[in-house]
Amino acid sequence: MADLHVKIGDLTLKNPIIPASGVFGYGREYEKYYPLSLLGGIATKGTTGAKRTGNISPRIAETPCGMLNSVGLQNPGIDAFIANELPHLLSCDTVILANIAGATAEECAEVAKKLDSTDVHMIELNISCPNVKQGGAAFGTSCTAAAQVTKAVREATKKPLCVKLSPNVTSITEIAKAVVDAGADAVSLINTLLGMRIDLRTRRPVLHNNMGGLSGAAVFPVAVRMVWQVANAVSVPVIGMGGVMNGEDAAELMMAGASAVEVGTAIVQDPFAPLRIIDGLNQWLDDNGVANAADLTGTVKPW
Amino acid sequence: MIHDQYTEKLSFPVRSMTKLTETIWSMVIECPSVAEQAVPGQFVHLLPEGDFTLRRPISICEIDRQEGALRLVFEVRGKGTAVLAALKPGDTVNMLAPLGHGFTLLSRESRVILVGGGIGTPPMLPLAKHYGENAVMISGFRSEQQVILQADFAETGTETILCTDDGSAGVKGLVTVPLAAAISTKKPDLICACGPMPMLRGVAALAKQNGIPCEVSLEERMGCGIGACLVCACQTVDRNGDTQFLHVCKNGPVFNAEEVVW
Ligand SMILES: Cc1cc2nc3c(=O)[nH]c(=O)nc-3n(C[C@H](O)[C@H](O)[C@H](O)COP(=O)(O)OP(=O)(O)OC[C@H]3O[C@@H](n4cnc5c(N)ncnc54)[C@H](O)[C@@H]3O)c2cc1C
Ligand SMILES: Cc1cc2nc3c(=O)[nH]c(=O)nc-3n(C[C@H](O)[C@H](O)[C@H](O)COP(=O)(O)O)c2cc1C
Ligand code: FES
Repeated sequence: MADLHVKIGDLTLKNPIIPASGVFGYGREYEKYYPLSLLGGIATKGTTGAKRTGNISPRIAETPCGMLNSVGLQNPGIDAFIANELPHLLSCDTVILANIAGATAEECAEVAKKLDSTDVHMIELNISCPNVKQGGAAFGTSCTAAAQVTKAVREATKKPLCVKLSPNVTSITEIAKAVVDAGADAVSLINTLLGMRIDLRTRRPVLHNNMGGLSGAAVFPVAVRMVWQVANAVSVPVIGMGGVMNGEDAAELMMAGASAVEVGTAIVQDPFAPLRIIDGLNQWLDDNGVANAADLTGTVKPW
Repeated sequence: MIHDQYTEKLSFPVRSMTKLTETIWSMVIECPSVAEQAVPGQFVHLLPEGDFTLRRPISICEIDRQEGALRLVFEVRGKGTAVLAALKPGDTVNMLAPLGHGFTLLSRESRVILVGGGIGTPPMLPLAKHYGENAVMISGFRSEQQVILQADFAETGTETILCTDDGSAGVKGLVTVPLAAAISTKKPDLICACGPMPMLRGVAALAKQNGIPCEVSLEERMGCGIGACLVCACQTVDRNGDTQFLHVCKNGPVFNAEEVVW
């Protein structure tokens, strides 16, 4: 068995696999299936300053090798998260990445400030949600706005800060550089790609929000490309995600430059996906004589 | 593998497949552990083989603890249900179950009216079994070709009333007509219903007018099926009149009709 430990800056994870924000709630539903301590970490559901009810259903549509969602950041708000969910998560013996979002830089900073006095391990600042009208993707698509919100959050907390990037941009490396210059300790990517489906019979978009975020196997090649580009452009650790369905996908994303890997849609399909992916990655490492998972990061040999 | 001890087996053998109408199939799945836990109103989440990212939610139509099996009755609507309908006895099916929150089960002596519309009739069968002759089952279909499960309901001892939109079988008209009559003669303790939204709306309105508790099974497009991804939201009101989104897969599929924003 390979040594699966990896590092993101000063944080050590027991393995590189982290359920992605939005598919794993605050962990409770999955605890019925297996101990959360088996996971490398958990990225919690995107949490905002005040409670948000989210968008009207339907919020999900199936697509070739993937899916669209338009949840719209439904969450109970940061105070409820800190009071009701975080203490339990922190007792689960795994690394907790608190995913946060907000309509303004001030809201993001305020949320981060509240987390600063908790024992959460890392803040994952989502500047890339395609499903909310204000903030969200708007931060993630301009270097100036991305840097501004990162700076505001950086000033509000000493916690390790990871900024989650949007793929819906012309140059993801420019945004990555901007948030690193503004103080990000790590970057994670990719969030969902903006997409749409129409029901031919009713001529209505399948999603009530009309548009939504594309995820799942279909986006994997885009994720590999963007992780590779960003890993080459910045010197901070990269957490990769987007369409990882099995252990070999995780190995590929690490080769492209990821230090750890988040898994979203695969868990929507199969609650045991994170365990299968950890096992699959371990198998691949053993089969290929790699003793340490951490040694895989960035080992692609580009032409 | 390191995690074998934690990874539940999600593949179960198909014991039988029966065609009920041109588009509706009955499938019996061998799954003793699931049958042991399942209760009326819960559903299973099936992943068809092929290029499918999402599972398909299907209500449980029969729970046979002795045989260690569940029966599902489903209509072919699109690609996923077509793949499921092509399964043969001995094939395996990928199933996460049992899921969701079911119907309230009162004592067997309670008087209960069950209402099913179209492909919403199957989940009422376990309730008919529970209440037997103390229940009335009112089913509604478009026409004779879509009628299903009438013999199964009769076998439970439940009084059955059949309606079709065009009068080609049973009485012509909507289920709400015999429902109104049954409410006044039976004075039921509870009404349970599953079917299309307009039907449920009518049933819930009648129940409310007559002050009878009513539970309805709702549908919404689903992802995880266990309450984590938050895609299956339905709008509800709580006791204080505040609206909120609850989740069909976890808080439902069965809801108190008073909670639902119609
Ligand atoms: C709690 C619950 C219980 C159900 N019980 C039954 C049952 O007992 N028998 C039965 O025949 N049908 C039942 N349905 C409806 C059934 O889930 C859909 O008909 C089925 O998912 C359609 O899949 P498809 O691939 O054939 O259609 P497609 O249109 O190709 O499906 C595309 C996507 O939309 C989803 N979808 C499409 N229609 C529905 C729908 N009505 N409800 C939810 N998701 C939908 C699919 O799951 C899939 O993700 C139930 C639905 C829910 C939510
Ligand atoms: C249902 C759903 C909800 C999501 N919610 C969030 C969220 O709240 N915050 C966030 O940063 N990303 C959210 N995401 C994006 C995922 O974390 C991930 O970036 C994306 O789905 C790509 O990975 P995947 O292909 O493995 O799913 C969500 C994705 C899905 C499918
Ligand atoms: S389907 Fe995921 S929360 Fe209901």
